[in-house]
Amino acid sequence: MSQTQQTVREDGIIASVSGPVVSARDLDARMNDVVYVGDEGLMGEVIEIEGDITTIQVYEETSGVAPGEPVENTGDPLTVDLGPGLLDTIYDGVQRPLDVLEDKMGSPYLDRGVDAPGIELDEKWEFVPEVVEGDAVEPGDVLGVVEETVTIDHKVMVPPDVEGGEITEIKSGSYTVTEPIATLDNGEEITMRQEWPVREARPSETKMTPRTPLVSGQRILDGLFPIAKGGTAAIPGPFGSGKTVTQHSLAKFADADIIIYVGCGERGNEMTEVIDDFPELEDPSTGNPLMARTSLIANTSNMPVAARESCVYTGITIAEFYRDMGYDVALMADSTSRWAEAMREISSRLEEMPGEEGYPAYLSARLSEFYERAGAFENINGTEGTISAIGAVSPPGGDFSEPVTQNTLRIVKTFWALDADLAERRHFPAINWNESYSLYKEQLDPWFQENVDPEWPDERQWAVDVLDEEGELQEIVQLVGKDALPEDQQLTLEVASYLKEAYLQQNAFNPNDMYCSPEKTFTMLTTIHHFNDEAFQALEAGVPVEEIIDIDAAPRLNRMAVQDDWKEYMADLRDDIQAQMRELY
Amino acid sequence: MKEYQTISEISGPLVFAEVDEPIGYDEIVEIETPEGETLRGQVLESTDGVVAIQVFEGTTGIDKNASVRFLGETMKMPVTEDLLGRVLDGSGQPIDGGPEIVPDERHDIVGAAINPYSREYPEEFIQTGVSAVDGMNTLVRGQKLPIFSGSGLPHNDLALQIARQATVPEEATDEGEDGSEFAVIFGAMGITAEEANEFMDDFERTGALERSVVFMNLADDPAVERTVTPRMALTTAEYLAFEKGYHVLVILTDMTNYCEALREIGAAREEVPGRRGYPGYMYTDLAQLYERAGRIKGREGSVTQIPILTMPGDDDTHPIPDLTGYITEGQIMMDRDLNSQGVQPPVNVLPSLSRLMDDGIGEGLTRADHADISDQMYAAYAEGEDLRDLVNIVGREALSERDNKYLDFADRFEAEFVDQGYDTDRSIDETVEIGWDLLSEFPKEELNRIDEELIEEHYREETEEEVTAD
Ligand SMILES: Nc1ncnc2c1ncn2[C@@H]1O[C@H](COP(=O)(O)OP(=O)(O)O)[C@@H](O)[C@H]1O
Ligand SMILES: [Mg+2]
Repeated sequence: MSQTQQTVREDGIIASVSGPVVSARDLDARMNDVVYVGDEGLMGEVIEIEGDITTIQVYEETSGVAPGEPVENTGDPLTVDLGPGLLDTIYDGVQRPLDVLEDKMGSPYLDRGVDAPGIELDEKWEFVPEVVEGDAVEPGDVLGVVEETVTIDHKVMVPPDVEGGEITEIKSGSYTVTEPIATLDNGEEITMRQEWPVREARPSETKMTPRTPLVSGQRILDGLFPIAKGGTAAIPGPFGSGKTVTQHSLAKFADADIIIYVGCGERGNEMTEVIDDFPELEDPSTGNPLMARTSLIANTSNMPVAARESCVYTGITIAEFYRDMGYDVALMADSTSRWAEAMREISSRLEEMPGEEGYPAYLSARLSEFYERAGAFENINGTEGTISAIGAVSPPGGDFSEPVTQNTLRIVKTFWALDADLAERRHFPAINWNESYSLYKEQLDPWFQENVDPEWPDERQWAVDVLDEEGELQEIVQLVGKDALPEDQQLTLEVASYLKEAYLQQNAFNPNDMYCSPEKTFTMLTTIHHFNDEAFQALEAGVPVEEIIDIDAAPRLNRMAVQDDWKEYMADLRDDIQAQMRELY
Repeated sequence: MKEYQTISEISGPLVFAEVDEPIGYDEIVEIETPEGETLRGQVLESTDGVVAIQVFEGTTGIDKNASVRFLGETMKMPVTEDLLGRVLDGSGQPIDGGPEIVPDERHDIVGAAINPYSREYPEEFIQTGVSAVDGMNTLVRGQKLPIFSGSGLPHNDLALQIARQATVPEEATDEGEDGSEFAVIFGAMGITAEEANEFMDDFERTGALERSVVFMNLADDPAVERTVTPRMALTTAEYLAFEKGYHVLVILTDMTNYCEALREIGAAREEVPGRRGYPGYMYTDLAQLYERAGRIKGREGSVTQIPILTMPGDDDTHPIPDLTGYITEGQIMMDRDLNSQGVQPPVNVLPSLSRLMDDGIGEGLTRADHADISDQMYAAYAEGEDLRDLVNIVGREALSERDNKYLDFADRFEAEFVDQGYDTDRSIDETVEIGWDLLSEFPKEELNRIDEELIEEHYREETEEEVTAD
């Protein structure tokens, strides 16, 4: 959270306290101003003004806070600090670094009334200029770079709210984020640090149609329901169906430059897991530690509810900052339902008129504002950057007809529906292939055709058709049993079962399987297709179906995913399938 | 300390009083009735002029002449190691006739959130001796793993069995027999006296009481008190774990009664209700209890939670189990059908889950084949379960030999793996070996979730020859 204090406005007095909502009298404030509440100076934000009563949502616990205590206004909206040092960091919902808090509080418990800047103010960064004196620069233009992490060169830009002009002085060398590295002819001094109000989108030039996939390394996603770089996706599912594991897999393996992971109202240990794993795991595209491209925002379920409301905004604002540098950013929010519930909780304490299921009427507007901040952009400095936003949704009782799921589905273009039934039988990822969809499929096909194989769309369609047919056949099987089906349909069921067992499932904990390149995804699919073609040929030649499905090579399909040398394994397997099938006739 | 005789309204468990000084949110209040009885409560909302007070013991006996004292502090739990072996009521007062408790420290019962950065990821395997748990839904130190049950199901037997048998195998050998025993904190909320006796008898019989702290809020105790009982229990647990180095197992029962008390307070405050009348903030409230399980970097002990809840109407989409499942690290699901078949414990593994299992098992922790065996049994049991529906329609003869094997597996899995009785304590080796016994009924090719090398090592060959002979 930003530290600047502008002209302090008139202070007020607490009139009442009820959980995270405090009202103050005589406070001179604007909507969304950040205020410090009570003797301990708890951070809060103005959310309603009525007469001389100002209502504040407080980002910290309010036990013991009493009427009569002071409220101090900073006069600033809730902002984040932007600059080098955002990566390889874990924040709470209002961008306080959790490691710094641990240090300052001297305790593993989150104490109150402690603030800390979002980026380290004393750390020196090696600034390498890319402009010279006399150059004219405009808002957004890159002045130079610093190596923020081993993976990421941080572009130091003219802030969007600075006028621009001619450079009269440009520095080179080691500076902190508060020291000027450039001066403009209008006297404006530029530092490596920017501040931006979280609830306001950073400006961009235009939005473009995304045409490149965000390659996730997850077979069912890349293979059947791909998301674009700059795309939006929702993962709804009941508890235990795999939302978090999927989000973690994406954060580990998606081919984005920058990952912003927002843990919103979920488990503490899940964030700890990321903090433990990411520094150890390799970024598949660079080989560097994953943390070097990652910023984590953690507001766990037991942390103050108001900061849960703000954490997604903190996340998306940081994402926009790296987009402005021309990077491909992927943001995961787990779970957007907790954010919506935080809105509901605050709204109900304000006694606002409740909408559907008690959610405020502005729920749908807030959700679309958030997802609108994702996209493929042409930036104001002429570079191109993307933000892909992937939100987990936690519907009560697993019922997708509830307001958060429904409102999200109206906005996002990719829908990965998790299924309790699949999860129960440990079919993971438990993504239901009948219900899920991607509206990006067609616009991404050219990329897959060019970069993987021209047959990509046709092979996918083949798989979809087999799975569809299987769905219909299963209904009959439920009534009469499998053996009552004609032989060709029995064979289709067998092929479909390999698609389900070998292709659609992917074990997030198996080192050989957790990441699957598009090439491997494609080869696995065509190997099953090959089995299909050989099998049907044998059937036509009069071989009984039991013999066909009983060939020795067939069960080896189930082990394609976990091989060290998958290329050789699958090449051999194809040969063996062919040889063994043809021996039958 | 000022005394007020300014009660302006009494409504359900709430009392409203006028004040002329600032009163802190959450502060503790004492109310003295004209009969001289002292009741305790807590400030729910503080406005200058009026405060809303929630009275733990209920408002019976309070009238407008009752006097109200504000203690100027939030609710505290007096903690000390001497609490071990003691029985307290639901708000922390001793009821065992023992000596007065001399506190070491007094801790705020609304625990501050653990900084996620300060947590240590839980991954030490706890052997409960129960195959359905150890084999399929492994518990680790610092986990919160609830039992989802229904009224009349034997969840208490399972909880007691776990409390009796839980050890960390490595350490049992290192530190002598008692080295890895858990301190047990038992928090009862609105359970019947009969149930309470069941627990107390078992604690006394096994000598577990010595290393336990019992908090008892019974069915006829005040409902509102239930909102503080688990906080008292968890505050004690945190103290013993993170300041005194104990590994603590917290059993909270019945969370359903706790949630009912929340609903009652919400209704009295005329709040906008959420799903099925429960408060909209129930998720946050429950999280503030469940998230107090865990491990902390640089601290010896751990807090492991086994909350028990009875699902109204056996419905796992009811808000109480639903919100719980969204917060806890899995759930152990009790099943009414298995119970009527006499399976003990009647755990249905399919909807059960331990989210911390993946990191807590495997070579060096349990066994190298543990994960694969568990995976394969899940898949096989799920398939067997599906086929049971079909068999009712078409009969066993209409099914293939392969399908029949799955049906047999499902039956044997329940009879031999899950049904072990409440007095059998199985080592993890025994549990995994039973898994191999059952799975070896399938031909090797069917075991596609098990690593080929592990199959070579453990598969029971004789069984296969018998079967493939036909
Ligand atoms: N791709 C996967 N591979 C293996 N196991 C998985 C996978 N996805 C989910 N799981 C299992 O399911 C459990 C629950 O998943 P999780 O993502 O935590 O669910 P949710 O966030 O929907 O509640 C995990 O602990 C893990 O055991
Ligand atoms: Mg989750």
